[in-house]
Amino acid sequence: MTAAGAADGGSAVEIAAAVAAGDRSAVEIVDAHLARIAAGDGEIHAFNTVVADRARERAAAVDRAVAAGEPVGPLAGVPVALKDNFCTRGVPTTCSSRILDGWVPPYDATAVERLEAAGAVVVGKTNLDEFAMGSSTENSAFGPTRNPLDVTRVPGGSSGGSAAAVAADFAVLGFGSDTGGSIRQPAALCGVVGLKPTYGAVSRYGLVAFASSLDQIGPFARSVADAALAYDTVAGHDPRDSTSLPDGHRPTVERLTDGVEGLRVGVVSEMTAPELRADRGGAFEPAVIDRCHRAADVLADAGAKVDEVSIPTAVAGLAAYYMIAPAEASSNLARYDGVRYGARQPGANTAAMMTASRTAGFGDEVKRRIMLGTYALSAGYYDAFYGKAQRIRTLMIREFDRVYQQYDVLLSPTSPCVAFPFGAKADPLTMYYNDVCTIPSNLTGHPAISVPFGTGEAGLPVGVQVLGPKLSEGELMRVAAALEAAAAAGGADPTGEDTP
Amino acid sequence: MTTTAPATATDAGTGHELLPDGWEMVIGLEVHAELATASKMFSPAPNRFGGEPNTNVHPVCLGLPGTLPVVNGKAIELGIRIGLALDCTVQRCVFARKNYFYPDMPKDYQISQYELALNVDGRLELADGSVVGIERAHLEEDTGKSTHIGDSGRIHDAGYSLVDYNRAGVPLIEIVSRPDLRDPEQAKSYVEELRAILVAIGASDGKMEEGSLRVDANVSVRPAGSGELRTRCEIKNVNSLRSLGRAITYEARRHVDLYQAGDAPRQETRHWDEEDGRTRPGRSKEEAEDYRYFDDPDLVPVDPSPGWIDEIRAALPALPRHRRQALVDRGAPAAGAALAVERDLDGLALAAIEAGADAERTVTHVANNLAVEGAGSLDASHFADLVKLETGGGLTATQAKQVLADMVETGRDPATIAAEKGFEAMDTDELESLLDGIIADHPDEWARFVGGDDGDRKKMQGVFVGQVMKATRGQADGKVVNQLLNQRASAG
Repeated sequence: MTAAGAADGGSAVEIAAAVAAGDRSAVEIVDAHLARIAAGDGEIHAFNTVVADRARERAAAVDRAVAAGEPVGPLAGVPVALKDNFCTRGVPTTCSSRILDGWVPPYDATAVERLEAAGAVVVGKTNLDEFAMGSSTENSAFGPTRNPLDVTRVPGGSSGGSAAAVAADFAVLGFGSDTGGSIRQPAALCGVVGLKPTYGAVSRYGLVAFASSLDQIGPFARSVADAALAYDTVAGHDPRDSTSLPDGHRPTVERLTDGVEGLRVGVVSEMTAPELRADRGGAFEPAVIDRCHRAADVLADAGAKVDEVSIPTAVAGLAAYYMIAPAEASSNLARYDGVRYGARQPGANTAAMMTASRTAGFGDEVKRRIMLGTYALSAGYYDAFYGKAQRIRTLMIREFDRVYQQYDVLLSPTSPCVAFPFGAKADPLTMYYNDVCTIPSNLTGHPAISVPFGTGEAGLPVGVQVLGPKLSEGELMRVAAALEAAAAAGGADPTGEDTP
Repeated sequence: MTTTAPATATDAGTGHELLPDGWEMVIGLEVHAELATASKMFSPAPNRFGGEPNTNVHPVCLGLPGTLPVVNGKAIELGIRIGLALDCTVQRCVFARKNYFYPDMPKDYQISQYELALNVDGRLELADGSVVGIERAHLEEDTGKSTHIGDSGRIHDAGYSLVDYNRAGVPLIEIVSRPDLRDPEQAKSYVEELRAILVAIGASDGKMEEGSLRVDANVSVRPAGSGELRTRCEIKNVNSLRSLGRAITYEARRHVDLYQAGDAPRQETRHWDEEDGRTRPGRSKEEAEDYRYFDDPDLVPVDPSPGWIDEIRAALPALPRHRRQALVDRGAPAAGAALAVERDLDGLALAAIEAGADAERTVTHVANNLAVEGAGSLDASHFADLVKLETGGGLTATQAKQVLADMVETGRDPATIAAEKGFEAMDTDELESLLDGIIADHPDEWARFVGGDDGDRKKMQGVFVGQVMKATRGQADGKVVNQLLNQRASAG
């Protein structure tokens, strides 16, 4: 899966160190990745836009800086893929929607500024479900991304392009946005690490909004250590985002080797109990639940205190989410009206022009959610839908805060199933159910990480999710590193089952 | 609060009857004022009037994808100043989105305040002492401006539209009065007083002609004294105080006419048409907007600390009514005091009065002779000296006016200017002998002055004053000449 043996291979940590030391050339590393994209992305379609020239120029600048003895950042020469809802100055930003056709942002997202300041080299913008609405990348206006591990299956979504790019080694790091699981679920389905940080830990400035109170930027990586380095690079207060946390960022890379001894770990019974597997339309794959329990055993063996914990509101989150996220989206996406930028369709008057532009510019799922959200906020329905969803959200925050007084971290599957074939979840509700384990962290604003842990159906990777309280990214990294090590040692899969 | 408007009150502007007997108006005003900040409400773009279209803009106030609003602290401070000046409770507030599609609104929603406004429950005392309740004064962002190119200039049938976003995102305060106003004149004086306050505390430049102060009127009528609140209509597009009065009167008449015909108005937004002198419905009922307000998730609540509020209160400049009262307390007539405050020259007047100048004469000069540029930098002690020279008989009123103009222009003291202009005080003895000579030379005219009817007397008075002025090249004090004439006449 990874190209560790290739001349340009290695982790972000290794590449950055070698480039900074002058042992390896950023240009050569970037060229090798560009070559792999040129050879393989026709099939995978991880990228909407590849910025080869820009990437080579940036890589050359890194090499020059190294040659001149100037300081380079912690990601010097590391190829990075950005989800195409990150604003990039001078580079089209489409959100995989026709409605942004031709729009080129005049500014970089804060996360992009920080990555480039750290020496990272952006190689391209990756495919996503239109405006990040979906769990399979099938909702892209530019066609789906294929899972590099099995091209007949989805890579997950909505950040499917970034997950696939990292899995296929088109880039060493990927970045995505997670509104209801859009980093963690594709990470699980593509067999990579994906982190959804604490809400407000990473600036949202320059991330095209889907649901402002839920959106959060985070990394994809092929190792927990790389994910930690990537997260540390983009985290920290930004005065351009009012919801950015004022707290000084605490680096997570130094927590990787802390181990899990004494950590209190709760396995969320609502997401793992056998009797809950088959309800509400989306049965959990038994292997997925088994890997989660196995992960709990691994942690217990390493000295963590593990038991089961029930969080009754956790599953109610799904319904609340599908009121709140569309409500915010209906407002956030109003600006795509054909007046100032993007695609415009002719109309007899302003209202007709706006209607025609939006009708032609948005895909079905986006329209569905705009309608849902508009309805949820309407006079006479507000209290019953949006208001009630907000009350559920408040209850969930209280319940999780209470649970986190007794547990340092929680454990659950990331996704109910491994990567599924294209078209397998054409019914929107079945697709929505895919987010049942990931949504609670978005509603509560807490961080969560998905780490590959063994395999399930067809030998495809399973992701285990580690959840924690506000700003517990350091603890999540500790646990994820322990699971990563155990999986590498063959401790994730039961003997006798198929392994890839 | 005033109770009932006189049943046959007349509009000073048009002279027609306001409402038929037994009806009264119920008026509430929504005043939008642009705040005098350097940058916009949520964007670093400059808050500046004019400029080439779409030059005072930034990705944030253009609502470009991915941008986020950040509250302008100065706008909050000015908002609190306004709240305190209007005796409001200043409270924790939340920004909400008001959702509707309109091309001059970059995000197709306006960030405003809905459930929790910065300021609530205030009051405004008008110049006549009546008090109008203030329901709330909340912060929001302004929209851009559309120009519809086509036959009618209206959006519905324009050939195309041009949009200028220079104004988009400019900080606004919306001040909502309670329905306490009862006639157009009172509504106008409410706006005048509110404007004076906003200007006095440096919160807004209050220029209606540039649109930095805009007024919408909520108008209904009811049987006089009934206390009920009937269906109201919101009148928009009122661009001057005169229009405000006309629009309110028109709308109230329309309501009475409907009720008298057995019908009733329906709640709607109407637009004032200045040329036709009437209001017209805005959107039809079927298109009635549902703004789908919800708390803006991109912003966090603003909770001004008591310490900050106290600081702003302590630094609050004196309000117009207090400034007027200060002059009146020192003997200035109310009308002159009001003008002095309006021209921001009450400080000068007050200082001159404190320095011994006659209060009435001082505010008269401010009212009549100082509506000029540079008046504000006049030296108060020089001004006092001038008034003292005049009241002491050293200068005539005409001379004082000329000297004052020179003072404003050159900054010199009045004595120097008077000497240079040859305005030497003519002493009364000299004037008396001059006058006696003229009387002797005009016996017929004198007889008509002493013995004629009022008309004759007035005419002849003019003749004698004119002769004296002619002989003194205008340097005599007309008032003194009149006194002397009257003395001579009554002495026989």
